[in-house]
Amino acid sequence: MPGKEGDFGKTFLGASKKRKGYAMNLSVNIKKRFPGFRLDVRFESNASRIGILGASGCGKSVTLKSIAGIETPEEGWIVINGKTMYHSARKICVKPQKRSIGYLFQSYALFPTMTVAENIAAGLRGPRQENRERVQEMLRAFQLEGMEERLPGELSGGQQQRVALARIMAYEPEVILLDEPFSALDQFLKDRLQQELQEMLKSYRGTVVLVSHDRDEIYRFTEELLIMDQGRAVAFGKTKEIFADPGKKEAARLTGCKNISRIHRKDAHRMDAFDWGIEIQCRREIPEGAAYVGFRAHELIPVWGERKENCIPVRLAGSADLPFEKNFYILPESGQGGENLCWFVQKEKWGLLNEKGMPDYLQFPEEHLLFLR
Amino acid sequence: METMTEILKSLDWSPLWISLKTGVVATILSFFLGLFAARRVVKASPGKKAVMDGILTLPMVLPPTVAGFFLLLLFSRRRPLGIFLYETFDLKVVQSWLGCVIAATVIAFPLMYRNARAAFEQIDVNLVYAGRTLGMSEIEIFWRVVVPSARPGIASGTILTFARALGEYGATSMLAGNIPGRTGTISQKIAMVIQDGDYLTAGIWVAVVIVIALVILILMNLISGKRMKTVKRW
Repeated sequence: MPGKEGDFGKTFLGASKKRKGYAMNLSVNIKKRFPGFRLDVRFESNASRIGILGASGCGKSVTLKSIAGIETPEEGWIVINGKTMYHSARKICVKPQKRSIGYLFQSYALFPTMTVAENIAAGLRGPRQENRERVQEMLRAFQLEGMEERLPGELSGGQQQRVALARIMAYEPEVILLDEPFSALDQFLKDRLQQELQEMLKSYRGTVVLVSHDRDEIYRFTEELLIMDQGRAVAFGKTKEIFADPGKKEAARLTGCKNISRIHRKDAHRMDAFDWGIEIQCRREIPEGAAYVGFRAHELIPVWGERKENCIPVRLAGSADLPFEKNFYILPESGQGGENLCWFVQKEKWGLLNEKGMPDYLQFPEEHLLFLR
Repeated sequence: METMTEILKSLDWSPLWISLKTGVVATILSFFLGLFAARRVVKASPGKKAVMDGILTLPMVLPPTVAGFFLLLLFSRRRPLGIFLYETFDLKVVQSWLGCVIAATVIAFPLMYRNARAAFEQIDVNLVYAGRTLGMSEIEIFWRVVVPSARPGIASGTILTFARALGEYGATSMLAGNIPGRTGTISQKIAMVIQDGDYLTAGIWVAVVIVIALVILILMNLISGKRMKTVKRW
């Protein structure tokens, strides 16, 4: 096991190695104990759009709050743009007021008794006249003109988000932290607000950290990604690369990989995927440390007639019809206790199924196999 | 009827003014002390919170005479604090109007503190966090964000505090005594005239107290009712 940890450490820091010599935008190494759970997370990044993905309760929110200074870790350090915000050994803990950070709360946390204009001015410290001009500027930039005298309770969700962001942008923080900004919204509004936020953040030159449990949101917003599970970082690197090759079982799950089986590696090119009850052969080498294989539900290929290489016979356990997708759940070929295999078919491919009926086999194309630890 | 108007004409109205003055001053003192105490308790760690809350609520659950006993011990002019106040500031607490105010404040304060604390605990803690990341000082966050957001709870705390301070009897009679024209509050007046068997005068003062209480309650309900239009009727 220690060998594995070492390997992992290398890939872990890989993303930042290229720009050695520059101060990191963000360097975090924090530990904190909670009842029944330990936070121990470490990452460094020079990207300007960073994502933290994890299930609820994995510690991602605490990590974000620690960066903002709302929560205090027990050990470690936090450095933003070369400035040490927290360092347990050197007894440094900069107050949140002095960290130059903008925090967008899920509920927006607009001050309910202040008007829109007062809310936007809340973070401004300069002379009164200057503040007034800045507020006007923000109202224009965020299309909130005519609403300056309204209270947050009188605004729609989208307007509230704009006010919250205007309030942050008004004082030009070095880092903006987004704490699950969309998770309480319905699908329609969510997509619109995501789009809007993306637009509004385009002109922002500082670092943005987005915390979410929604992989689509993360994929859409971020260049670099940290995946957390039970208080620990399980993957870190370029977002696209992690989605293509998650490396670890937990990371694969969180990036939306539905099918994961334990494996027994027979030799460099053959393995038993015993949760699915089949043997898989591949031309590319199976890494020695691999303990699981993952396969995305959309990538299975239907086969009619003869059984081919790396196939599983279709024995249906259940199915579900969704508006734009059909989900099929396939029983494992043999063995007990295995999970049903998920096969998702998008609408444009239904024609083939209607024409030829259910396939006899599903094939695992080799290029989509994910070897996991 | 003749006798009634005669009695009203010859009535010494000083208990009304003493009670109102005491009530107003004690409410103002309790207001700030209660907000301050509530803020400290909300920020404290769970263990400290339990101890602090216990001590701060004690005057509400103890018989007022027990509070009066401690106040007497503290402010008596034979004791250090009493001597200090008298010699340095020429302040007399025992058998004085100041005693009325202190007794009423101590007894009514827990109502302010508890209501303020409940109101503070109900507001979204993210508002405080947001204030911090926005660079607002803790004091600014308290007065500009927390207190305004907790307004309904603070308002009802203030009414209850005033009502309690207005009617305080036990601790007041022990600390301030019942000196007509100086420390003789309405409650003490009622007790005194009843001992003399003068039920008519007692009745007049009872009516006065009920009217004051009702007017205050209705006024405050109307004020807070306007702000809470959004609250649904059952």
